[in-house]
Amino acid sequence: MRNLLSIDDLSREDIERILGRAQSFAEVSGREIKKVPTLRGRTVINLFYESSTRTSSSFELAAKRLSADLVNIKALGSSVDKGESLKDTVQTLSAYDPAAIVIRSPHAGAAALVARWTAASVINAGDGKHEHPTQALLDLYTLSRRRPLEGLKVWIVGDVLHSRVARSNILAFTRMGCQVTVCGPPTLIPREVESLHCDVRYTLEGLEDADVVYALRMQHERMEGSYVPSLREYAARYQIDSRRLSPHQLLMHPGPVNRGVELSSEVIDSPQALIVDQVESGVVVRMAVLYELLAGGPRSAGGRAPSPTGAETEPQPA
Amino acid sequence: MSLPLDRAGTPLGDLLLRGARLLDPRAGLDQQTDLLVREGEIAEIGPDLNARDGAEVVDAEGLHAFPAFVDPHVHLRTPGREDEEDIDSGTRAAAAGGFCAILAMPNTDPVVDSAPVLRSLRQRAREEARVPVGFLAAITRGQRGDELTEMAELAAEGAVAFSDDGLPVRSAGTLRHALSYQKLAGRVLALHEEEPSLSGQGVMHEGAVSALLGLAGIPSISESTMAARDAAIALYEDARIHIQHVSARETVAAIERAKAEGVKITAELTPHHLTLTDEAVMGLDPNFKMNPPLRSAEDRTVLIEALRSGAIDCIGTDHAPHSREEKEQPFEVAPMGVTGLETAFAALHTELVLPGHVSLALLVERMTAGAAPFDLDTPTLTKGALANIALVDLAAEWEVGEAGYESRSANCCFAGRRLTGRVRMTVAAGAVAYRERSFAIGAV
Repeated sequence: MRNLLSIDDLSREDIERILGRAQSFAEVSGREIKKVPTLRGRTVINLFYESSTRTSSSFELAAKRLSADLVNIKALGSSVDKGESLKDTVQTLSAYDPAAIVIRSPHAGAAALVARWTAASVINAGDGKHEHPTQALLDLYTLSRRRPLEGLKVWIVGDVLHSRVARSNILAFTRMGCQVTVCGPPTLIPREVESLHCDVRYTLEGLEDADVVYALRMQHERMEGSYVPSLREYAARYQIDSRRLSPHQLLMHPGPVNRGVELSSEVIDSPQALIVDQVESGVVVRMAVLYELLAGGPRSAGGRAPSPTGAETEPQPA
Repeated sequence: MSLPLDRAGTPLGDLLLRGARLLDPRAGLDQQTDLLVREGEIAEIGPDLNARDGAEVVDAEGLHAFPAFVDPHVHLRTPGREDEEDIDSGTRAAAAGGFCAILAMPNTDPVVDSAPVLRSLRQRAREEARVPVGFLAAITRGQRGDELTEMAELAAEGAVAFSDDGLPVRSAGTLRHALSYQKLAGRVLALHEEEPSLSGQGVMHEGAVSALLGLAGIPSISESTMAARDAAIALYEDARIHIQHVSARETVAAIERAKAEGVKITAELTPHHLTLTDEAVMGLDPNFKMNPPLRSAEDRTVLIEALRSGAIDCIGTDHAPHSREEKEQPFEVAPMGVTGLETAFAALHTELVLPGHVSLALLVERMTAGAAPFDLDTPTLTKGALANIALVDLAAEWEVGEAGYESRSANCCFAGRRLTGRVRMTVAAGAVAYRERSFAIGAV
């Protein structure tokens, strides 16, 4: 596998292999010195055209724990500000012979375009409202440590229309044998979304059947497009609170949370919430993705060959 | 042509096509024989014709000769974006596609909304155009949608029709006045149908593919509601309208209803809407981004049926060149529009005629039918008519883009596809406008 652009690129076996490797990296993370030499001497570039805390910091940590050299580029303050096109930026960065470019962009398909312009492996860290495949993988990883995924009933609740997390997660959960239901105001559910093999609900009625409740971030800017009349009405209908969340259910959220909008404070802080686990999983899952693309198999193009100091072998937990 | 179109002065030589299969469904002609052009007119059709000394003789055995095509919808990007297309390159692309006449949209920079701009364009066309070009003028000043252009003066200056193409006329009241004023200015109004509040920030058809890709959708009702509104206004004002680039089945239904009610309405379909669907957007290639967007497979089926039944009158390419750097951007950022002049016939022949959706005769008829709604003479292969001929090799397979384009832009949605059917020669208004693999014009 050369690039990770979409969950659709991954078979169930691919996903299981990545989750398994994340598990072995989790054991490394438990050590005092959390580094392995797998990517020593190789370069990873984080190219972020949107602000991000979780994703960019966890990719940074993941690369560093694999001993890669890391360059962080934010759109602000770079030549991007001077009107350099995405293509020129990517070709310039490719001159450094990076092993991987991690890209976050406000535009769907940006990662796929970058992959056409560079020999480096490209990882989609979120492209517009299209996909966010590493988020879906870390969600699967987090959940798989609590429950077997096969047959799980997952409800994804909120602004599905504008959510790349929802799209990647619908694909990922269904690929792993979960039954997915999307739920939200009709104005925020994409037309024909059921073609992605999920059920569609417009109320929380029946939520008690879910094993997992996955709440999405409700963005304040959606008020402007008159998608919902008010955050108050949204919260009244769709907020996950302690009355609506049953004790047997697990609660997930990609962050950052709007307390009091999509989630009430008491459920965020309850033991049912996996929100902090999700963040923690982000590092090891992204290590596993970097490993998969850069050291996991035969190289097709770009970057140097894996270093002999560890890249050809599985990470060796202490 | 009953309305004045412009082209560069070209020597009219004699031309003898030997043994082509002549097909002109309107004239009831379908026969393998000779055709002689003398001084720009079709002088003779029949077996064993002889040309005078100095005439060009083309051995056309195995080729088809059609009345050359008319494209009522082209963007020549001139003035303003001559880096994307100019009159020379755009009309060369038209000739290479078998077109003998094209109509250029006025959404240039500056907009064609005043007589001086129109006059200078026509002047330039008389110096550069390889095939006759007609220019439309804007309906509203600057295409801003509020004040009408000086439509009577523009018509007198030679505007073939009026359009704010690229944008709808948002205000029903403004459109009503424009249609009422048609009684004075004459000339049909060509309408881009779109309700902005429904299209929103959409970049592709709203449906299963947009749901998967997370792209904002343009719903079909954005087009159909506006078309229905405009048809109602046209009926009320007893005015003539032409609906541009119909994409949605709901719009076809609206046009059928309007025709049944007696609205003076015509409409066009693009080759890309007839041959592609929103599935093509899955790869997020900006060469599949245009407005209106590629719709669903069901829409495409209805469009093909509408072409067959005549509910939609003609083909218009909506040839819309864009520079490489503009299209080398993420899908949502890249501008809308694709080129189509050079591939129109081959794409429709490959995707509609060869699989048996429509007959070759019907395709030829619809590709020449863009003249009538604009009061232009329809090209025909009949004795005494001005020679407008597309000489086509129906068996030739070619890969789009492999030999480059005549157009200055390469944003073709058929790039890389293998198509069957190649224009070998185009005669436009009596003179040779295109020979394959040659830029030469005029008889030898």
